[in-house]
Amino acid sequence: MMETPTITLREQKVVRDRTKWKMIFLGALALAVLFVAAFAPFLTPYDPYAQDLAIALQPPDAAHLLGTDRYGRDMLSRVIMGSRSTIFAALLLVMVITVVGGMVGIICGWYGGKLDAFLMRVSDIFLAFPGMVFAIAVASVMSGGILNAVVALACISWSKYARIARSQVLAIKSAPYMAAAKLSGSGTGKMIWKHIVPNIAGPVVVTAVLDIGTMIMEIAGLSFLGLGATPPTAEWGSMMSNGRSMLQTSPWVVLSPGCAIFLTVMIFNLAGDTVRDVLDPRQQKR
Amino acid sequence: MEKLLEAKEIRKTFYKGKIPFTAVDGVSFSMERGECLGLVGESGCGKSTIARILTRLIEPDAGSVLLHGREVLQLKGKEKRMLYHEVQMVFQTPQDSFDPRRSLGDGIMESLRNRGMNRAKAKERLYELLDMVELDREFASRYPHEVSGGQCQRAAIARALAPGPRLIICDEATSALDVTVQAQILKLLQKLQREQGMSLLLICHDLALVQLLCDQVLVMYKGRIEERGAPDEVICRPQKEYTRILVNSVF
Repeated sequence: MMETPTITLREQKVVRDRTKWKMIFLGALALAVLFVAAFAPFLTPYDPYAQDLAIALQPPDAAHLLGTDRYGRDMLSRVIMGSRSTIFAALLLVMVITVVGGMVGIICGWYGGKLDAFLMRVSDIFLAFPGMVFAIAVASVMSGGILNAVVALACISWSKYARIARSQVLAIKSAPYMAAAKLSGSGTGKMIWKHIVPNIAGPVVVTAVLDIGTMIMEIAGLSFLGLGATPPTAEWGSMMSNGRSMLQTSPWVVLSPGCAIFLTVMIFNLAGDTVRDVLDPRQQKR
Repeated sequence: MEKLLEAKEIRKTFYKGKIPFTAVDGVSFSMERGECLGLVGESGCGKSTIARILTRLIEPDAGSVLLHGREVLQLKGKEKRMLYHEVQMVFQTPQDSFDPRRSLGDGIMESLRNRGMNRAKAKERLYELLDMVELDREFASRYPHEVSGGQCQRAAIARALAPGPRLIICDEATSALDVTVQAQILKLLQKLQREQGMSLLLICHDLALVQLLCDQVLVMYKGRIEERGAPDEVICRPQKEYTRILVNSVF
């Protein structure tokens, strides 16, 4: 037997305040990460691409806080520089799949019929396929490069957004306010832009924010396999891949980009959770 | 009297899977200008379907609807949108009939803006409309969840009045409201109908209400019109068996 928890107003306020502070704290952290990514070239203590074999594979010390890699490049500078490619690629990817998937979903939900059935079967295929395997196939056909990795991941990830957008459109399409908008003489374009989009944005945006972390990992994963960023571009996944043979002798070469991925993904995931709590309080865990 | 609306032999069948359900089965009626016509019947008898066909929210399988002698069902694109200058509707659930993400004022102004009226002019007209439905002007910036059902329904009436229609269809416009608010909304509708000289098609299941407001009443049963007449006639001397049952169940 489940007991229904009784929540007092005071407890409710405590929960709401905690959510608010969590949002501010994690939002600030996420912004800090974005700030580092945006201004990376100005924040690096050394040139991330300058090689100096005399100081190769130095352990962390005061001059090089995270040590140096096998070409003597400063790891801290490379990690800072690497945030740029990884995070911006992930953001670009999330934006592309949100817009494309959202549009497909809206079209399917709005028009229905054969077009809907066709597009949904296509999305079924992508949902049924193991995503990473497909992305590896696409990326290897198109050869390396971080933009191609973004395209490959976009190919497999849009379908989730199409599903969410479609189900939301179906839920609100028959609402009286849609009929009222029609009676106000609004055409299809206005109905979609002014009434559908704002009303389905919540769940789609929450999914998008929660996906940033996943996408960072997938891009780093493709780069690790040599299908994303190409050397010498500083990118966390390819940096880990380059250092993996030295894991036992010089662990900092692998650990610094690894920790960077870990921290960034964690910040974005926790921030995404909090955004969901703020936008959709009904799903909040007690 | 001038004939405003004439519906002829309207038919509509819905399919639930493969099982057909005839919601409207050959309904014909006409309305005069300035008339208040009641449409009563039990739920599922096809009242709302008629409202939705007259406003082109759904398409009938057969039949014709003439507004000022012009066929409504053939209108397409821009002409179809022009129809909504003439015919407007007030819905059953006031809160759901406004977009939750937009203010009541935006909802009321939507039809004005769609006709190309600029923002300042539309706002002027919005205040006029709010005065007409006896709502404070500050309601323009409120959201549907911030106002009561009665206030929201007043705003919905203002929205229906905005394009200056000849006919307003009220689809159970008062059944979601409590009794005292119902009376206020009905009085308001009656007042506006007289002032603006428009026609009202009042769809409801409350016979007493129809008796109070309507010039004529249509009784619908299982997709057909059973009876038409003055409300007092219909209620005091029902001609058909179903009407008798309906009347007896209320009074």
